[in-house]
Amino acid sequence: MQIRLNGKTREVAEGITIRRLLDELKLHPMRVAVQRNQDIVKRDRYDEVVLQPGDTVEILTMMAGG
Amino acid sequence: MRDGATLKFGGKEFHSRLIVGTGKYPDYPTMQKALEASGTEIVTVAVRRVNLDRKQESLLDYIDLARYTLLPNTAGCYTAEEACKYARLAREVGMSELVKLEVIGDPRTLFPDNEELLKATRTLVKEGFIVLPYTNDDPVFCKKLEEAGAAAVMPLGAPIGSGLGLRNPHNIRIILEQAHVPVIVDAGVGTASDAAIAMELGCDGVLMNTAIAMAKDPVLMAEAMRKAVEAGRQAYLAGRIPKRLYASASTTMEGMIE
Repeated sequence: MQIRLNGKTREVAEGITIRRLLDELKLHPMRVAVQRNQDIVKRDRYDEVVLQPGDTVEILTMMAGG
Repeated sequence: MRDGATLKFGGKEFHSRLIVGTGKYPDYPTMQKALEASGTEIVTVAVRRVNLDRKQESLLDYIDLARYTLLPNTAGCYTAEEACKYARLAREVGMSELVKLEVIGDPRTLFPDNEELLKATRTLVKEGFIVLPYTNDDPVFCKKLEEAGAAAVMPLGAPIGSGLGLRNPHNIRIILEQAHVPVIVDAGVGTASDAAIAMELGCDGVLMNTAIAMAKDPVLMAEAMRKAVEAGRQAYLAGRIPKRLYASASTTMEGMIE
């Protein structure tokens, strides 16, 4: 199925959870924030939130800034 | 007199009065050395998309979280709603309630949109954030932010990244007279004397990024800024002499031969 991930279309497995997505992307859950369809997904819900086709997902982290 | 030995806000206490940004350095190792040389205990960071196309070094690999407190900003936000969203995302990543709240009103000057800023301050204070708003050097507005629950007020010295120094030290003085929360000059510092002037006025701290990061030698400039902030603070506490138009001899006339 397809989702929008950080502004780009991406193919992911059906029924993928946020946790699995982060694993696939080799991202440390403690270093990111995840927003799904405009709502922030709390870290303790990464295992239970299952992505749906067409979801818009944003994964953010701390970057340099003033 | 703002004579506290430490910088305090939101139940936290810091010995350094210099807050340093992490943007614009030539590379992360230089940033790391500059932070060290600055003596800072608080560093600002931004929240942005993870780059999924190429493996990037992580900023956090270069910041010792046991030593530095992260102060996430809402840079680039133009509405209260957007700024609040970034603050919440930052809280999610950084596990801290601190936020350097920026709501920008104009892309060329990066001056704040104070109406949206006040709205965002109220919302985030209600949600338990420790809000440090970046605002104009406007005493009336700084008062409003304080009344809205801001943990400190951060008036600009001059536009972000301009290096013009404190354009209106008199307003900063009025803000200092009125405020019951820390006053931190945020933006405009170009060189060490600018930071010293802010501290001599009695400011509780100075926040800077470009002046250090874009200096020819960022590490050396960071050290200069540390000394300037310390010197300015000491001069404030020591109490300067009043300015006068005419000379006042340092050496007595007594004992001169006739």
